[in-house]
Amino acid sequence: MKRFGLWMLVMGSVLLYGCAGMTERPPEEVPVEERGPSAEEQAAMAAEEEAAEGAEAGAAEMGGEFAGSPLEDPDSELSERVVYFAFDSADIRSEGKELLAAHAEFLANNPDVSVVLEGHTDERGSREYNLALGERRAKSVQKYLVLQGAGRDQLEVVSFGEERPVATEHNESAWALNRRVELVYSGY
Amino acid sequence: MRRILALLTLLLAAGAAQARLSIEITGGMEGALPIAVVPFQWQGPGPTPEAVGGIVAADLRRSGAFAPLAEDKLPARPHQGQEVKFQRWRGAGVENLVVGRLTRVAQGQYEVRFQLFDVLSGEQLTGYSIKAQAGNLRRVAHQISDIVYEELTGKRGAFDTHIAYVTVVQGKDGKRRYKLAVADADGYNEQIILTSKQPLLSPAWSPDGKQLAYVSFESGRTQVFVQSVATGKRRMVADFKGINGAPSWSPDGKRLALVSSRAGNPEIYVMELESGEMTRITRHYGIDTEPDWAPDGGSLLFTSDRGGRPQIYRVNVGRSGAQGRPERLTFEGTYNARGSFSPDGKRITMVHGDGGRFRIGVLNLGTGALRVLTDTRLDESPSFAPNGSMVIYATEVNGRGVLEVASVDGRAHQRLRLQGGDVREPAWSPFMSK
Repeated sequence: MKRFGLWMLVMGSVLLYGCAGMTERPPEEVPVEERGPSAEEQAAMAAEEEAAEGAEAGAAEMGGEFAGSPLEDPDSELSERVVYFAFDSADIRSEGKELLAAHAEFLANNPDVSVVLEGHTDERGSREYNLALGERRAKSVQKYLVLQGAGRDQLEVVSFGEERPVATEHNESAWALNRRVELVYSGY
Repeated sequence: MRRILALLTLLLAAGAAQARLSIEITGGMEGALPIAVVPFQWQGPGPTPEAVGGIVAADLRRSGAFAPLAEDKLPARPHQGQEVKFQRWRGAGVENLVVGRLTRVAQGQYEVRFQLFDVLSGEQLTGYSIKAQAGNLRRVAHQISDIVYEELTGKRGAFDTHIAYVTVVQGKDGKRRYKLAVADADGYNEQIILTSKQPLLSPAWSPDGKQLAYVSFESGRTQVFVQSVATGKRRMVADFKGINGAPSWSPDGKRLALVSSRAGNPEIYVMELESGEMTRITRHYGIDTEPDWAPDGGSLLFTSDRGGRPQIYRVNVGRSGAQGRPERLTFEGTYNARGSFSPDGKRITMVHGDGGRFRIGVLNLGTGALRVLTDTRLDESPSFAPNGSMVIYATEVNGRGVLEVASVDGRAHQRLRLQGGDVREPAWSPFMSK
């Protein structure tokens, strides 16, 4: 009976732990509310349209370039933020090098911007080895970015091993997508 | 107090309703000892509170050492020695017979009596009467399995032990919930001891079975925790820069071997749990991870890719750190990782990758012979039963993570399947009593 009582205590503690100190990733999808605009909003939209026309003219004078940060430009090379790897490898392939060179240049020109390099692996093999392999991949990317001019203190490395797959099937095409380093810019 | 505890139980039971393990037999039985376990007679009102005989038969079957006769093939249903006609059991081709009774003594109080017979000689080999309460009838059944197993094989049974593992369930909000669970060795009586929205991995039992060390991502990166199983109280022991992972307890329970990349890349360290003092064991630019302590405390296994691919190495350790150079142990296959010692230190089990498949291997350190126990392709996290007779591991079946138990000769396989989620990272407990 003593042992049974202990189990009860264990289970009691679950309730306490269930809500203690667990952090959460920011939600990836924000619910969008759909409804018709009110009269006030219509007026505001008309005003915005006028303002937008002005902004468009301004952008044309600057030669049609995207006016915001290059990180927000969907046409920029920098919108691509994932580098892929071969099985059990941290070697950056040529397409990865091209992409990373663009990011390195951006980081060199924007020393206030920092980026987290998240290393990931596919599910094969053991989890702890994959944790180490994910870190090696992220460090490999870090090293390349530094060689190309990014500042070391702009770069932070974290490994998730095989714990955060983007593709959950158990086949080669899913594994290829999961063997990756993601560049996560803070604030973008 | 008891009423409050009972209420908690109910609340939790409701929440965990879908998280029940079911068991299916997936492997053959050739060479196993034929035995018969007659369903125990229930002496009390209403239906039997627990199918004690059925639990014993399932335990014996799972070990791979026994082939219990199917219930519908039993030639008779005796419940005590005087009722047994040995001739009929010889005719059924069994060598041993277990009979017994479960008697209600008072409210919630029971007595379990059983006898084990040698069918050829008609002699009783052993027999006990055991007192039990409503809450521990399954445990008593596992203890009977241990007695039968030891009587007939000469080795201590490991049925009355536990397993720890991680379950992953998709919540209604679409987010994953990771739970660290402890259950009986057959997957029943699951208890959740930690819930997190971030991954949990690498649970490791302390040598006395009272604590679990594990890795949690709850802060957004890895940290190592030690938690008391009975009280739920826990503390963080490793939160260094980089990776903190792969905890393994020293046999005296005073130290943890673990991996840290605080010096730049993953290396093995030994931490004194009381002081937190760290002694570095490996020095290599390759990956060194997954330490496992030898039962005599004199050496550590670890995984390293210093030779180009992950393989298992062994290094001798003393109070001041590593002694001598690490020795490579695995040579077959392109990938060997997550090695762990058998309780006698003579064998290791590991993830063995060859030809694109990752299966569970057992390497005899004396002869160098490798036996592959499984025929699946994504096996992980093997761990020996405390008597060395079975290995529990994780694999993937129809897209889901499941736990399987294989006898160490590879003959018997049994699956513990969680309904509606993934199960992974099993670790078999030590014996809870001496």
